[in-house]
Amino acid sequence: MNASLLMTLPELVLAAGAILLMLVSAWGGQTSTRGVSIAAVAVLVGAGVALAGPAGAGGEAWDGLYRADSFAAFAKILIFAASAVAIILAPGFFERTAGDNLRPEYPVLILLSAAGMSMMVSANDLLVLYVGLELQSLAAYVLASFMRRDTRSAEAGLKYFVLGALASGILLYGISLVYGFSGSTLFPQIADAYAGPRSLGLTFGLVFVFAGLAFKMGAVPFHMWTPDVYEGAPTPVTALFASAQKVAAIVIAVRVAVAAMGPVTEEWYPIVIFASLASIFLGAVGAIGQTNIKRLLAYSSINNVGFALVGLAAGTQQGVASVLVYLAVYVVMTLGSFLVVLQMRDADGQQVESIASLSGMSRTRPGLAFALMMFMFSLAGIPPLFGFYPKLAIFNAAVDAGLFPLAVAAVVGSVVGAYYYLRVVKTMFFDEPGEVFRPVENPVEGGLIAVAAVLVSPLGYLAIPLLTVWTTTAAKALF
Amino acid sequence: MIGLTHYLVVAAILFALGVLGIIANRKNLIVMLMAVELILLSVNLNLVAFSAFLHDMVGQVFAMFVLTVAAGEAAIGLAILVIYFRSRGTIAVDDVNRMKG
Repeated sequence: MNASLLMTLPELVLAAGAILLMLVSAWGGQTSTRGVSIAAVAVLVGAGVALAGPAGAGGEAWDGLYRADSFAAFAKILIFAASAVAIILAPGFFERTAGDNLRPEYPVLILLSAAGMSMMVSANDLLVLYVGLELQSLAAYVLASFMRRDTRSAEAGLKYFVLGALASGILLYGISLVYGFSGSTLFPQIADAYAGPRSLGLTFGLVFVFAGLAFKMGAVPFHMWTPDVYEGAPTPVTALFASAQKVAAIVIAVRVAVAAMGPVTEEWYPIVIFASLASIFLGAVGAIGQTNIKRLLAYSSINNVGFALVGLAAGTQQGVASVLVYLAVYVVMTLGSFLVVLQMRDADGQQVESIASLSGMSRTRPGLAFALMMFMFSLAGIPPLFGFYPKLAIFNAAVDAGLFPLAVAAVVGSVVGAYYYLRVVKTMFFDEPGEVFRPVENPVEGGLIAVAAVLVSPLGYLAIPLLTVWTTTAAKALF
Repeated sequence: MIGLTHYLVVAAILFALGVLGIIANRKNLIVMLMAVELILLSVNLNLVAFSAFLHDMVGQVFAMFVLTVAAGEAAIGLAILVIYFRSRGTIAVDDVNRMKG
């Protein structure tokens, strides 16, 4: 019992912190916003520190319902870091929105969402998976519609809610079938049932579960909500959706695929391969006509989910390790891009989101233009930037698993995708300067951009040995 | 005698109706919320039927969790709907189109 409590310490810290801060914000009202935000970041740091104990690699807790292994711990660190960034970014963003202030509920909702994601990646049981997923989603629906006076934000929240609820329903229907035909909701026992005689019910359950998870991670053919929600939601929330949420959804998909449905690799194989190729190509082609930078980044995230799924399709330990490497670098690149998007505002301080407004930024704001160029090149996977390495790791894993056609198609897709990243760079460096953006007043945001830019620069290659050891241990914990 | 299959067929029909209610419905957003509830109820029917058939309590516990989450989900959905109605003055599905592409 006590051991179980220790192994779930990060979630307990997050949940207790969120409840406490909710009370503080109800008591203190609008004036407590700053204090609650700082405390929320401290809670996230505390949850991260708690991972150093048994929560990092303690094994099974609560009679096997929950697994605190290094695979989950790796994902949790990414989730907590991205959530903290989403809280830190918020004051600077809401200052500039007309009429919609930052409220103390915002950091509380992010904490609840982080607790849900953290539970989800540690789930070793379908019930834990479902409850974690819903906790994460319910907080996310509210966050998406946080700017109550903004019609786009309300519409984003509405679309996200309806489609997210549909996704949960599909996932849940799959879960009920898997439970019924395997007789258990625990992953190891489900794996035993899959290893036994074939049953149509189990196959149907598998398809529905994967469809629901694909919805949550925004993989084609269940991606249609992504661009609209990303465009309408407040930018710091979009950054959270594009980073932490994707990590949580992909990591739990990997765990379900390997730990619960490992014995029937040949059944989920075609689904994952189709989703990954369709995501890569649709993400690349869909981004071409976009004029809004947040929509462009939404398609970029679809494209990136496709690459991460290539690693899952490999289905090997090396493949899983490469997915983790990919997610770690992807989170840095995406957060960096959104940090730059947050700096885009006109002379009145209003947020600008069109790609055209970036024109000539290399002359008006050289530092910012250079940072965005690094993120774009890195997302496109162009060496010598660090974004090249995870793509290489993914393709390596796919080739080693004998998936030559998939690897070749993914490389072609990444070349197609490079077009729209390069278009952004071209707009910044070769077009005539348009309006001038207001300079960065916030040293924290400027500092975070610099940190992200250094991490994706060739200096990032220095982290490869550490990253390799860490992800290999994490992947081993799963097999 | 009504067996497991009957329950599963009814649940499958309810599930399909719920999904259709979301995809094919072009009129009213409240109907979509009802369709979501229909999906969750079909899942509950499945879970309870399996639970009785397997003589295993997990399915019934799961159904209780689903009911609880469904209540929270409906509350949040209606809250978002109210925000949306305040800013747009309509809840017709065809009008949810400020963003396209």
